[in-house]
Amino acid sequence: MKHTISVLVENHAGVLARVAGLFARRGFNIDSLAVGVTDDERVSRITIVADGSAYTLEQIEKQLNKLIDVIKVKTLHNDSAVTRELVLIKVSCTPKQRPEIISIADIAKGKISDISTNSMTIELSDTKQNLDTYEELLRPYGIKEVVRTGTIAMQKGEATVRV
Amino acid sequence: MRCFTPVLHACPQTVTKRELFSHISLDKCAVVWYNKAVSNIEFVCAATGRRPKGMFQNLSKVRMTVAKAMTECLAAEGISTVFGYPGAAICPFYDELYKTDIRHILVRHEVNGGHAASGYARITGKPAVAIATSGPGALNLITAIATAYMDSVPMVVITGQVNSDQIGRDVFQEADITGSAEPFVKHSYLLKRPEDTAEVFKRAFYIAGTGRRGPVLIDVPFDVQKAEIDFEYPDTVDIRSYRPSSTGNGNQIKRAAAAIAESNKPLILAGGGLFTGDAASLMRDFAEKTDIPVVSTMMGLGAIPTDSPLFYGMLGMHGCKAANTAVNSCDTLILMGARVGDRAIAAMKQRDDLTVIHIDIDPAEIGKNLDVDIPIVGDLTLVLGQLLEAVKGGADNSGWKEWLDGFREDKAIEPAPAGYVNPKEFIHALDRQLPHNAVVVADVGQNQIWTARNITINGGRFLTSGGMGTMGYSLPAAIGAKLADPSRQVVAICGDGSFQMQMMELATAVQHDVAVKVIVMRNNYLGMVRELQEKAYDNRLMAVSIDGSPCFTKLADAYGIANELVDSPEKMEGAIKRMLESDKPYLIEAAVEDFEKTIL
Repeated sequence: MKHTISVLVENHAGVLARVAGLFARRGFNIDSLAVGVTDDERVSRITIVADGSAYTLEQIEKQLNKLIDVIKVKTLHNDSAVTRELVLIKVSCTPKQRPEIISIADIAKGKISDISTNSMTIELSDTKQNLDTYEELLRPYGIKEVVRTGTIAMQKGEATVRV
Repeated sequence: MRCFTPVLHACPQTVTKRELFSHISLDKCAVVWYNKAVSNIEFVCAATGRRPKGMFQNLSKVRMTVAKAMTECLAAEGISTVFGYPGAAICPFYDELYKTDIRHILVRHEVNGGHAASGYARITGKPAVAIATSGPGALNLITAIATAYMDSVPMVVITGQVNSDQIGRDVFQEADITGSAEPFVKHSYLLKRPEDTAEVFKRAFYIAGTGRRGPVLIDVPFDVQKAEIDFEYPDTVDIRSYRPSSTGNGNQIKRAAAAIAESNKPLILAGGGLFTGDAASLMRDFAEKTDIPVVSTMMGLGAIPTDSPLFYGMLGMHGCKAANTAVNSCDTLILMGARVGDRAIAAMKQRDDLTVIHIDIDPAEIGKNLDVDIPIVGDLTLVLGQLLEAVKGGADNSGWKEWLDGFREDKAIEPAPAGYVNPKEFIHALDRQLPHNAVVVADVGQNQIWTARNITINGGRFLTSGGMGTMGYSLPAAIGAKLADPSRQVVAICGDGSFQMQMMELATAVQHDVAVKVIVMRNNYLGMVRELQEKAYDNRLMAVSIDGSPCFTKLADAYGIANELVDSPEKMEGAIKRMLESDKPYLIEAAVEDFEKTIL
């Protein structure tokens, strides 16, 4: 079972290493991990998508809370949170194929962020599941490279995860 | 006798001459020179060359090097003894230690500095300090740090580091110690900004000594130690992400009290947290008020006197029959500061009809290894206070203790063959003569189980490396314990295998005149591994014979330590008496038959 965990940490050097190291040594599997500063520059947010049972999730939360630099840990439920991931996909593309790829990008509400004689780079932002679908649609053209940011998430409505 | 060079001190100009002199006269020091300079009043203290104690308590910042500030931090934390081993990268700090009253115990291997600090901390209950230099010095400390982490021992570890602009370039004696020790520390700091010194030390001692205790590492680069800062030690500390002490949830306390009231076969499982949480006496009050029998983990031995009629022994893989029967027969199990380690519950069966109440300061321990019905997170002292109030009287558990009494084992012991002593008989003989408040430090292996199962702890302490099972713990930890409380007898009990991992520390005991007593149980084997190979590997004994070991009494002679060989039961009483009467280090080699069993 996949869990999306939002972790607020002190914005210090070495904090990410502590968090990542904890997952490794406790045998927790990370699917994706995204880090960025919050509106308070002393605080960073790490969004982790992890795989595991309810027992594992409970242990992850408790062990994260034991790290001194961790300020807050909150597991977000997919039905009550907005989840997004940004992806850049570079596909092989002859000049003739360009309209087809542009139409896929349009359907996916993406944009063409780079173009060359034989390639196009498409920029998409969506849920992980939708991005997987679009990636499959583009695969027949020949994917040269994919870069994904990892999922970030925010609770729906007025609820927040703040210090 | 040390001579001190008068040292120039400076304090801010905002301090009036009158304030300055009143502080100095209070501390019985003399000012031989003072100059109201542009920014500071400078003065020299002639008596010791040291800053008078308490001098700047209410004054603002003072200019000094980080190295000196580090000694000021230790003094402010009440540290009077530190354990360490110097090296180039930590020399600026050692140079400042030279000018203080702080007693430095030079060990013979860094890991033992860590273990000695562990022994010291477990007796004082406060964080103790271990020091090493960069690279190999720091790396040698890791086993001690991990040992302290597993047993929740408060410790502040200070290591030297290469110059901050050289970090990451693989220079001489460089090691990423904060990175390598990360899995075994409660927290760590790489002190990069000199001006953070006071805050980092204050936080380190606070984190190590509160909540679930543990080691905190401070790594200080060489150039940072030499940097100058405006120093002021903070009185208070506030870490927004760390709020350790707490009372138990009132609702869970009520549920626990109700479960205990309904129980006919309740049982307390006492863990080492009762010592770190200073709650052993409260637990005894609780057990006596409710008339609930008690078993303990190895770390919890002595939380209730082991000769108390309410105590049914240590549980676990090497535990007593009565204790293991009790955990498998009780209807309500109350875990107090016990983390339910795998060896402790090795003999425990999972049951549906059991109500488990788990009290621990660390929420991550609750539910980790055992399903829990009533979790209570909190400081044991506070929670037991709450529980004592909530529980009205004793439960109706008539017949339960009497039934358990039937499983108590007879302590009769088979006599050893000629030329040997039975180690259990030896522990009983030691027991008869040891004062009540003695500290017994067992090593790891057969010696540990012989001691744990046969020693009486009633007002004293039983120390061992419970979680990590680190061989070579006993002698250095005993040295630390003895220094923490010189009035108590401190006895290290080890095997001939573990002794050879720590015997260099005999020199530390001699050099610093630490009157520890050492008992080496010699059976010429790594006995516990041998037993495992006998049972699980069809008696193929591989690398467990330790032939070639030296004569331990001659080795003690070489260190100038009084010693005796005890190779018959008749020699036990006299040898133990002489050992305990000695006010110097003393070593007894007890000859144990090679194939002596751990249990039986």
